[in-house]
Amino acid sequence: MKSIEELKAIKERALKEISIRENENKVRIVVGMATCGIAAGAKGVMSAFIEELNKRNIQDVTVSMTGCIGICRHEPIAEVYEANGEKTTYIKLDAEKARRIVAEHIVNQQPVIEFTIGAAEK
Amino acid sequence: MKDLSLHLMDIVQNSITAGADHISLNLSIDQNPHWLICEIIDNGCGMEAEFLEKVTDPFKTTRTTRDVGLGLPLLKLSAEMTGGKLALESEPGKGTTVRATFSIGHIDRIPLGDIPGTITMLIATHPHILWTVNFTSDRESFILDTDTIKKELDDVPITHKDVLEWIQNTISEGIRAVFGGVLDEVN
Repeated sequence: MKSIEELKAIKERALKEISIRENENKVRIVVGMATCGIAAGAKGVMSAFIEELNKRNIQDVTVSMTGCIGICRHEPIAEVYEANGEKTTYIKLDAEKARRIVAEHIVNQQPVIEFTIGAAEK
Repeated sequence: MKDLSLHLMDIVQNSITAGADHISLNLSIDQNPHWLICEIIDNGCGMEAEFLEKVTDPFKTTRTTRDVGLGLPLLKLSAEMTGGKLALESEPGKGTTVRATFSIGHIDRIPLGDIPGTITMLIATHPHILWTVNFTSDRESFILDTDTIKKELDDVPITHKDVLEWIQNTISEGIRAVFGGVLDEVN
């Protein structure tokens, strides 16, 4: 079993850097995690978002889950909410697409138009 | 659903929607005969007897986006494919227990899948909920609860990435210690 000692060491390290984590106007990535989303592979998408954000040490973006938004045929779906309230809906995602969204939308602020619901429904 | 972890992720959403602030996830082995038992126990709003009776009907859902709910029916199917079953207990105001049993050696039994990643993701996205995780077999037992972890952490949020990594590794070790040599997919 992993020891509680390890957890204490993590705490000590984390306390030193914690001040820079507090950020009010966070960007949010919300992944659809109802039966439809999960069956379509939303869990891998969510893992990819979290891993890519961690890899790039991006701390002011939260990843959360939501239920079914009623367009199951487009799952896995993720929505990116900007700090200013603007929303981008990405559909038919996979892990690779999630990583590109982090790189292009989150880091470079260029939404990946080709993965958006707008592009698909044209 | 391809594995048990996906069912877990799915069924737990019901508990969250039911407003639960304590959710227990239990995986255990009953050796006589060989059953894998998966329990999800919550203290959410529960269900009336009438709704409970029909809840494994795909056309019964509290969802408002559409009239189909496949979470429990799919879990029931996965359990029954192995000769197991799905049992539900619920009381309005008290909470709900979902118990799925799987015959371990049955060729149609779905594997555990990424249980550590799933539970870690649930904790990360719902940190205010008290999560209790129990694994039991003849070999070993494992318990993890987020209250104990939070006490150790003081001001550090449980959603800190290093903490989450620790949780995921701890659960992985738990799975190996409890189910290694017991379930084919764990070694």
